[in-house]
Amino acid sequence: MRADPKGVLTGVHFLDGDHACCEGTLAAGARFSAGYPITPSTEVVERFASRIPTVGGVFIQMEDELAASIAIQGAVWGGAKAFTVTSGPGYSLMMEHIGYAAMTETPCVFVNVQRGGPSTGLPTLPAQADMMQARWGSHGDYGIIALCPNSPQECFDLTVTAFNLSEEFHVPVMMMLDECVGHMTEKVVIPPAEQIEIVPRQLTRKPPGQFHVYEPQQNGVPEMVRAGDGYRFHITGLTHDERGYPSMTVDVQDQLVRRLQNKLKPLANGRGLCDTEHLEDAEVVVVSYGITSRVAQRALQLARQRGVRAGKFRLITAWPFPEQKIRALAGQVKAFVVPELNLGQMVYEVERSAAGKARVIPVTHAGGGVHRPEAILDAIMEAAQ
Amino acid sequence: MTEVDNQMTCSMECEMEIPEGAFNPVEPFLRMDRIPHIWCPGCGIGTTVNCFTRALLNSKANLDKVAIVSGIGCTGRVAGYAALDSFHTTHGRAIPFATGLKLANPELQVVVYSGDGDLFAIGGNHFIHAARRNMDLKVICVNNMIYGMTGGQSAPTTPGHATTSTAPYGVYEPAFNLVSLAEAAGAAYVARWTTFHVMQLARSMEEVFKKKGFCFIEVLSPCPTLYQRRNKMGDGLDAMKYYKKASKIRNGAPTSECGLTRDGEIVVGKFVDRDRPDFMGLMRSQMVETLGERYAEPEVLCSL
Repeated sequence: MRADPKGVLTGVHFLDGDHACCEGTLAAGARFSAGYPITPSTEVVERFASRIPTVGGVFIQMEDELAASIAIQGAVWGGAKAFTVTSGPGYSLMMEHIGYAAMTETPCVFVNVQRGGPSTGLPTLPAQADMMQARWGSHGDYGIIALCPNSPQECFDLTVTAFNLSEEFHVPVMMMLDECVGHMTEKVVIPPAEQIEIVPRQLTRKPPGQFHVYEPQQNGVPEMVRAGDGYRFHITGLTHDERGYPSMTVDVQDQLVRRLQNKLKPLANGRGLCDTEHLEDAEVVVVSYGITSRVAQRALQLARQRGVRAGKFRLITAWPFPEQKIRALAGQVKAFVVPELNLGQMVYEVERSAAGKARVIPVTHAGGGVHRPEAILDAIMEAAQ
Repeated sequence: MTEVDNQMTCSMECEMEIPEGAFNPVEPFLRMDRIPHIWCPGCGIGTTVNCFTRALLNSKANLDKVAIVSGIGCTGRVAGYAALDSFHTTHGRAIPFATGLKLANPELQVVVYSGDGDLFAIGGNHFIHAARRNMDLKVICVNNMIYGMTGGQSAPTTPGHATTSTAPYGVYEPAFNLVSLAEAAGAAYVARWTTFHVMQLARSMEEVFKKKGFCFIEVLSPCPTLYQRRNKMGDGLDAMKYYKKASKIRNGAPTSECGLTRDGEIVVGKFVDRDRPDFMGLMRSQMVETLGERYAEPEVLCSL
């Protein structure tokens, strides 16, 4: 279906990534947000707080990130599309409720504008060091989706995508910005509402009594329901059966936890988003994401000028990781170069997927700034040897 | 008590014939397919649930529009037995979950039902802020003065000198006075009863269903397995005798004078019943004042 025009600020704008992300939430139909201030992410909810009263919805500033990250889930089961926004230490506090959202299959969006860590780290400066935390940060086995925009325009576009994916797969979706992307200001085109595709909440049509809240459909995803509609359903973070009732058996645990991961397979295998260039003849492929992909773009250009057949693989869907695509490339190229604003995180996924068929060269950076293009170029040149 | 122990206790069937057509009026309020429950013999939580169902029955509430939210712990299991839209959330976070639920769907009557450890230790911050905001939530706290589910550890409500599994030589930290805390933080309604006061408790619950704003009912409830046994305080019946003997009904008593001790007087009653504008009302009037006609009423925030 198409976006509700009430939330869509159609036009050509000059926006930073955080503000563009907020416009994405409104276009996607989010009418509830709970937040707690933390640099460099707060601008997303500041704008939401300013915009939502005229659109029709609620913003509430909570007492901490634990509260914000669970309040949005209450709102979702009340019928709203909802999200929260944070960074660094706040993201760590939200981990328990990311697990709760995964376990209870609550569609919602977490925006993380990454800053340098660990701990308080570099509040105002960029990093990309929460990528593994996004995937594995809460305890237990589960699956999530993570998207990495590299421009304010993508902050808008991918936020809409994030909500759509959360409604399709009933998982928490992570918007993994970084401080640079969140704070850079560029042209953002917001299309008319009728050109924005929205996945509506998949509310069940079954009557109460015939509906089981965790009965998976063919795609492994259950239908949704809303409090107040007469279903008298039960939601729990305990291991539960299809009725939502707690069940502490090995079989129920196995079935549930495998389904929580398996339902995301279509995304890992083919539907994941990426942006590629020159892969046909590439001998070296640079795998990057977020702000680093824009530095890598310059390095790729310089490498091509020097006669190295360098290709680009920009991760947009970071999780589930596009394992098959990287594996296929590994058979064709000499090496992957993986620059990231961390000491090596997604590079391990590249290495795992390449499975020894191509060299994998990390280009690390502890955060606080971005790479010099030359650092990435040097790695490309070394890889081409 | 582990769940295995508990099942053993529950399997001790009594040979009593149930006459045909007999019907317990609380059954429609419970998920009967989940009974027997996990609570120990003598535990007071079931009694509070009985009062809750009685209050729902008497208030003639539309049960499709009542939601119940629990945290983690023995009382946290209440949501799972109530035949309502029910949410068993994370430890300490029932109130913020309920806040989101209420704001997204204001036509719901949202009840938070949880224990003292859940609401006042790990969840204490959320409690005071929801009371400050006067969020339209009905918070029922079953206070058994101990962490039951995890095996009898000290809670912020455990009275001085009591022994617990984490205070084997006696508790020396001062305990919270929950009713005083609730009043100070801004609750619109504050009452305390014990599981001996079933009629009064049911009436209080019924009363808060009709009251707007943040309402708080503390229910003192026995934990024979993990609190009383360790403190040589007898069983569930002994607790009832103590509640009967030590309780003084003092409606309107200053909450600051209603602290609980290990074996002293228990002041019960309705302490606070005041009218304060609730969060939704405050939000609306502020927005109308500043935005005028541009303000869009957030009714039910239905998804597209």
